Amino acid sequence: MLELSDKILESFGLSSQYSLVVIIILFFVYGLFALTFGSLFAGITSWYERRIAGRMQSRIGPNRVGYQGFWQWLADGLKCWFKEDIIPKDTDSVLFRIAPYLVFTGVLCTFVVIPFAPSVVGSDMNVGLVYIIAITALVVAGILMAGWASDSKWTLFGGIRSTAQMISYEIPVALSLIVVVIPAGTLSLQKIIISQGGAPYNWYIFHNPAAFVAFFIYFTSALAEGNRTPFDLPEAESELVAGYNTEYSGMRFLFFLFAEWMNLYVIGGIATAVFLGGWRIPGIAYEVQMESIWLQFAGFIVYLIKALILVNVIIWLRWTLPRLRIDQLMIMCYKYLVPISILLIIVSIIFTILYESVPVVGLVVRLLLFLLGVVIMIYFSYRVYYNIRNFPDKTYLKWMI
Amino acid sequence: MTLEERLNAVKKENEILLNMGPQHPSTHGVIRFIVRADGEIMVEALPVVGYLHRGIEKLAEMTPYPGFIPYTDRVDYLAAMFCNHAFVMGVERLLGVEVPKRAEYLRMIASELNRIASHLISLGSMAMDIGAFTPFLHGIRERELINDITEMLCGSRLTYNYMRIGGVSNDINDNILKKINDFLDRFLPGFIEEFNRLITYNEILVKRCINIATISSEEAINFGLVGPNLRASGVKWDLRKNMPYSIYPEFKFDIPVGEGFKGSVGDSYDRFVVRVKEMEESAKIIRQAISNIPDGEIMAKVPKRVKPPVGEVYSAVESARGELGYHIISDGSENPYRCKIRTGSFSAMKAIHIKSQGCFIADLVVLIASMDIVAPEIDR
Repeated sequence: MLELSDKILESFGLSSQYSLVVIIILFFVYGLFALTFGSLFAGITSWYERRIAGRMQSRIGPNRVGYQGFWQWLADGLKCWFKEDIIPKDTDSVLFRIAPYLVFTGVLCTFVVIPFAPSVVGSDMNVGLVYIIAITALVVAGILMAGWASDSKWTLFGGIRSTAQMISYEIPVALSLIVVVIPAGTLSLQKIIISQGGAPYNWYIFHNPAAFVAFFIYFTSALAEGNRTPFDLPEAESELVAGYNTEYSGMRFLFFLFAEWMNLYVIGGIATAVFLGGWRIPGIAYEVQMESIWLQFAGFIVYLIKALILVNVIIWLRWTLPRLRIDQLMIMCYKYLVPISILLIIVSIIFTILYESVPVVGLVVRLLLFLLGVVIMIYFSYRVYYNIRNFPDKTYLKWMI
Repeated sequence: MTLEERLNAVKKENEILLNMGPQHPSTHGVIRFIVRADGEIMVEALPVVGYLHRGIEKLAEMTPYPGFIPYTDRVDYLAAMFCNHAFVMGVERLLGVEVPKRAEYLRMIASELNRIASHLISLGSMAMDIGAFTPFLHGIRERELINDITEMLCGSRLTYNYMRIGGVSNDINDNILKKINDFLDRFLPGFIEEFNRLITYNEILVKRCINIATISSEEAINFGLVGPNLRASGVKWDLRKNMPYSIYPEFKFDIPVGEGFKGSVGDSYDRFVVRVKEMEESAKIIRQAISNIPDGEIMAKVPKRVKPPVGEVYSAVESARGELGYHIISDGSENPYRCKIRTGSFSAMKAIHIKSQGCFIADLVVLIASMDIVAPEIDR
């Protein structure tokens, strides 16, 4: 940001006393960009998720508004916008009003450090990962407020569950990210991406066995932190009616959902940046990519595709798996994920030291892990093929076979 | 003293009273539970029944015998065929009417199709209560095919009103038989396997269900549980085998019982698996039946005005929710003097109250779903 503002000042021939103004304008512009991106992403994902769910459940899904129902999210948004904003009588109305915005802000603030392209990032903080973990605490506060202020026992249950769950799962999220921070030697997301290579075997997920396992631990814990199935206990519709957002209606209700869908991108985005090479394109050096605006744009697309693949997996999981119980959830966190990720940190330290002394080991391990990843992908494809082949009724699968 | 006041009096300081229902996503209809909970752990869940009481038993006393058959559909809307069957069987016994063989076959085919449909809903909604939405809609998809068949057979999809005193209303034809055959072909190996892969063997579902609300065989008998709930506890009791009616003795089928498939005998998972296996058995029975339906009449000779002689009869069938019995007392007039309906869900409510003690709130949902409660069957 500072470099960019200096450039702008230079090109307009202004003296440096205006730099603060320029920086504030830049922040505003970037904030608007992040807000637009996040909202668009959330909206389109809501439509996409419902289409995927329709496919998985042998039904059609929204297909009326526009091509394949693409504008359904806009129609739903408008509907919610025009709805009456009901605030129940006995609620703590200030907290009730603030809560959705806190949740929304908490998720949106993570967009500050999530990079889009080599030079498009809100602020490349040197404590980026810590910032992400810290700022998502706002979401906890917001959800607890919503649960408490609604003056309903069910929402309170949802709020309390959510607080317990999100605070607990922040620990394995942080620990599994540290596994990668050790070989990278930095907490800044951009620098972590730069220190990875473009080719898949240079990604940190294949850096050492610890990082490989840490990716799955991060993914699981992030799902739990984002209240997604199979960890959607705070809004478990069959038990708690709708959890913390039971009493909300109209746009305030939509803000919770906005946050949830934006959070999908945050989960996918962080995993992409930390484990999957971010915006690096195979075979192109960082300096070259930095020079060309088209390569930057290609980097943006690559980043988006990687993140979207992960978002897709999250949506699959949501429509496949049942939900855990609260004690099983906590046992999984504190008995398995936390100890395992602490162990992984130690393993990662050992491997990092080993690679520095004997670099050839690093290459061999990377290639072996990459091979393992390929094998997993092949097995996954085989299972998909097996399920499609053995399904009795193929009529609604015609579009794909 | 209302129930709430009574519960407030016994509740301890750290406990809260939660009102679950009558409108709640997972109480399967209009049932209400008052949950006394210590945080997430329940002290007890007290069922409050009666929100769906329509006085069907009283209606029976004011309606002529044939006119009551449509009302029986409403006793259990998910398995209306059995309610029809038990009632007309009772009146036939009072009258001493012999039902033609072909009609018995049709009754049985329709009933077993209905059992599959009912279990699909039960299993699907249990999966949905645990959080998996997809199995429910897959179940609905298959049930839709059964609904199509019953629509062709008796003109209606949910409240069939198919059986008559002395027979059935409509005859079957080749077109329907072909439809049933097609359905069975896709159902028995294909759908059941897919369903099992998707949800029955799902690790999370197994973890959620095993050792939850374990009911031993002795307790199950004492609670008066019937049907799959009883059999899941290891008691091999099925009216189709133990008190044979209709033409069931002519067919080969197994009675699946709970064996502690993953956890202990009689837990929620056993109840789930027993239902899956029962669907398979029902499909086998239909397969045997459709290949040799005898020719002949579908209605016996029954007088226009049904006036059974003075007497009483208890007729029971094995419904999708277990023993469904009608105790009909006739005073010789056109209307029954008294008609008492015995249903499976009502006795299950007491089991829910006892077994909910010490469970998590999330387990209560599993328990209700695994008992396969249908609200109108409780209240009638």
